Amino acid sequence: MIRFTNAFKAYPRGSLALKDASFHVGRGEFLFLTGHSGAGKSTVLKLIYAEEFPTSGEVRVAGTMTSELRRRDVPRLRRRLGVVFQDFRLLEDRSAEANVAFALEVTGARRGTIAPRVMRVLAQVGLAAKAPAYPRELSGGEQQRVAIARALVNDPHVLLADEPTGNLDERAARGVFQLLRDINANGTAVVMATHNLELVRQAPYRVLELQDGAIVYDSAVDQPGRGAIVT
Amino acid sequence: MSLTIRETLLAFRRAPLLSVLSMTTIAFALFVVGLFGLVALNLRTALADIEERVEIVAYLIRGTPVEIGTMAMGDIQAFPEVASVQYVSEDDALERARRQLAEFQGIFQDLETNPLPASLEVRLKPGFRNEDHVRQVADRLRGFRFVEDIRYGREWIAKLDRLRDIGAAVGLAIGVAFALASVIIIGTTIRMGVLHRSREIAIMRLVGATDGFIRRPFLLEGAVKGAIGGAAAVGLNYAAYLAVDRTLFDSVFFSRAEAGLIVLFGTALGLLASAQSLRRHLARV
Repeated sequence: MIRFTNAFKAYPRGSLALKDASFHVGRGEFLFLTGHSGAGKSTVLKLIYAEEFPTSGEVRVAGTMTSELRRRDVPRLRRRLGVVFQDFRLLEDRSAEANVAFALEVTGARRGTIAPRVMRVLAQVGLAAKAPAYPRELSGGEQQRVAIARALVNDPHVLLADEPTGNLDERAARGVFQLLRDINANGTAVVMATHNLELVRQAPYRVLELQDGAIVYDSAVDQPGRGAIVT
Repeated sequence: MSLTIRETLLAFRRAPLLSVLSMTTIAFALFVVGLFGLVALNLRTALADIEERVEIVAYLIRGTPVEIGTMAMGDIQAFPEVASVQYVSEDDALERARRQLAEFQGIFQDLETNPLPASLEVRLKPGFRNEDHVRQVADRLRGFRFVEDIRYGREWIAKLDRLRDIGAAVGLAIGVAFALASVIIIGTTIRMGVLHRSREIAIMRLVGATDGFIRRPFLLEGAVKGAIGGAAAVGLNYAAYLAVDRTLFDSVFFSRAEAGLIVLFGTALGLLASAQSLRRHLARV
């Protein structure tokens, strides 16, 4: 599904953000990316959704080498991924429903199919009743659920989550994490970057730890009992 | 397409002040362009009026028979530059002088013989009413044996030519300068719009919107702003025209097609400026 092979990423005038990373995320797998701020977690996610490209080495997503993508092919790749962030990134002047629908509209989905699909994912994240609410009328946990619904509405193969619980209180964080687990249980691979070691300990998923851009621990290799490499 | 229109309307609603500000700036920039257009138009109309009066008068030798004069008219009429030739007999000339110079009525009454010569009054076609052509026709007229003298306002015609050239050059230069200013202003407002909506653009990209999809509402926005600005500029120009026409002197306004052209010009400027600004700034968001 996702394969990094000796991937390096250097930013102009910066140090190496990612050093010689090689790992593979299989179909339906749940992977935690952990490490301190600046360890390279977000860089890994950006390399997956083709916001950044490796300076050397290879990043393959669903069989496509990202560095070979033409600019106009990037949107097509992103439609097969779902991405959520710590700061939700919702459009403030649109209702929850419109935020989710937007992700379908930009792909040119037929209008008649949009409303039922939006309601289905909002129901999946437990927010069907709040469809007409604007982001400012929702709690942090609810806003993150809208963002997850938006990420899910295109039926992605992989859901990328960059610190999805970072702005949430403990209860909301648990709720959002449970939602991600449910999504994974339905067959969608999830790659979740997080600081929250409590959540990491709670679940038996594979953990990839980064430090200064290098992978220093991969539970699938170092602690084979934890998480499974699904190929 | 309906999605593009909706997104464009949203952009206007989201930043109404910015939209009004940019349309006002566009309107004023195009107003100035239009104002120079109006000045050029009125100058041209005024010059055309004056030019119509450009005529060459060939005075005939006393005693030239009327038949000779009228026969020559046919020849002169055949000159490619000539629009019309009129024969003014000695009697006609006196009659005209009496009418035009009423204050000298007494003098004309006391005349025993008519001192005024017969003449041929030659008017030129539009396009030939400049110094060179006037001189050429005058030289040819001088070739007729029965012509005693030729009169035309040579210096006056040369000045008219210069005035027309200067008017055209100044109008063009200022028009181009303000059109460029409009492009920069529209480009800047679109750029402000792009920056204002950078978060939204980033989200659009994230969910897989193509560059074309992101660009379309901005292009439409630029075109609509340009069109509204252009229409407002026509309105402002009309107000300026009315003010001048009613208080200072009779003037002319653009034809419908010309006014439409200003709106179209505004639209094109808006579109061009948006495309240019997007090309430069979208990649950075």
